[in-house]
Amino acid sequence: MNLSKIGRLVAWLCLIAALVISLFPLYWMLRTAITPGRELAADNAGLLPGNPTLFNFERVLGLATREEARAAGGSGADLNFFLYLRNSILYTGLITVVQTLMCAMAGYAFARLRFRGRDTLFGLFVAALIVPPIFTLLPNFVLVKDLGWLNTLPGLVAPTLLMTPFAVFFLRQFFLGIPREVEQAALIDGAGAWTIFWRVVLPMTKGPLLTLALTTAVWTWNDYLWPLLVAPGEESRVLTAALGIFLKQSPNTAPDWTGLMAGSALSVIPVLLLVAFFGRRLVDSIQFSGMKG
Amino acid sequence: MGFLAPVCLAFAVFYLYPAIRGAWYSLTDWNLLSEPTFVGLDNYATLVSDPLFWNALKVTGYYVVLTIALQIVGGLGLAALLHRLTRSLLIRSLLLVPWLVPSVTTALLWMWLLDANLGFFNHVLRGVGLDNQGFLTSPDLALPSVAVINAWSGVGYTALLLYAGMLLIPPQIYEAAAIDGTGEVRQFFSITMPLLRPILAFVLVVSLIGSFQLFDTIAVTTKGGPVNATRVVYFYIYEQAFTHFKMGYASALALSLVLILGVLTFIQLRLLRASTSDLT
Repeated sequence: MNLSKIGRLVAWLCLIAALVISLFPLYWMLRTAITPGRELAADNAGLLPGNPTLFNFERVLGLATREEARAAGGSGADLNFFLYLRNSILYTGLITVVQTLMCAMAGYAFARLRFRGRDTLFGLFVAALIVPPIFTLLPNFVLVKDLGWLNTLPGLVAPTLLMTPFAVFFLRQFFLGIPREVEQAALIDGAGAWTIFWRVVLPMTKGPLLTLALTTAVWTWNDYLWPLLVAPGEESRVLTAALGIFLKQSPNTAPDWTGLMAGSALSVIPVLLLVAFFGRRLVDSIQFSGMKG
Repeated sequence: MGFLAPVCLAFAVFYLYPAIRGAWYSLTDWNLLSEPTFVGLDNYATLVSDPLFWNALKVTGYYVVLTIALQIVGGLGLAALLHRLTRSLLIRSLLLVPWLVPSVTTALLWMWLLDANLGFFNHVLRGVGLDNQGFLTSPDLALPSVAVINAWSGVGYTALLLYAGMLLIPPQIYEAAAIDGTGEVRQFFSITMPLLRPILAFVLVVSLIGSFQLFDTIAVTTKGGPVNATRVVYFYIYEQAFTHFKMGYASALALSLVLILGVLTFIQLRLLRASTSDLT
């Protein structure tokens, strides 16, 4: 075995170690979630629990009675999981679809159309990129509150439904990188900008746009502060806010770890589905931003 | 103009208008319930002499340096490994999983892993004969622990960005270097690193802006404590606004953060000459 072979072996070991570090915490979450609540104090070190059970999932989902849940070390609080899941899906789905479409239109306009003030306007969007969201979040919270939209879907989606400066910026860069030839052919045929965009450009870039939409979806799905502020109410609560509130209901001195980990595990399922179905697109979308950087 | 109408409308209503309102709030005393009263620059005078604000900046700076160092070093290493070893999509997807986990879940999960009594990491410490550590409850360890948590969550993402940048480097350069007998390590420092500069600059700027916005992990795990060891500026602003209902003061803090980030980004872009590449 020569030196470079040893080098490769060491390199592979490093990569495998990185994979273990990435995934082990999630395994530990699952391991804890299937440990009986009462036994966790004694049984929390081995790779598998002594008496694996699904009861934590049942009680977190509200399928067990309060007495049973308390007996298992819970606070009696449960997650109205399917309601929060629905809210999360609505919140994420609506924003992803509408925002991607609107920002694609704007990005296209910035990349291709000529009009007065274009660069000034775009400059304003770029400047907004570095403004930390909390600065506009405070007044936006007041706005949503004044409109009486607290704890409603419109209040939840309003600020980011149509655009974020990042999405516009990103899609402009993307359209700049597309060859103009196809559009020019359509232009010669007498098609207007609108027709070209809908009939030629969008169908041609469907794949990459989906790829970019995935990033928006992940961000929206994971969003915590805004939903926690404007939609903490039971009926409009999304999954992330629900987990935060579930933690608050858990006793401080002896947190209900098995229940918390069961809830956490449930919140990760959609993520894993996303990887399973869209792994390549997700990876591509991030690598795309790396190449454009 | 139809192309831009919806986006411009939203930009005006949810970015420009609140930016102006935010600047106005910062000149008022307002508890969200009564009417705001104009107080001039009082909030800014308070801010300058507020030890907690300076503490928040210091804590944030410490966190930003720690987490960016961890993510860039880890990300570069991972990207280089991927680049030289494999094109496996599965491995890249798996490395990305932590980034996809909602930050609240990540925070909960690590709170449990780092738990002072039953947490996994303390099992490991005891296993090698060391004492239990209150990773999130000790003033010295809490902030580094938060940095590790977020590095875990972000390093795969950073690695993918950098890996994509490495793919853009023409393989001929490496082949030529290999023929000259240049070793892997030397190749990394004399070829990969310099040619990666534009992407490194991009990653640095994005992670800097992102790290200043640390909120979720703190809100779930330490809530700014112990004492003020993890009271980062984002969390401090949030507390002023929604725990103490000092909307005016919170807005002054937020506007100061905008200015600080603006200056930092500008300096960074200048130093890194981000828009020029050595490849072309």
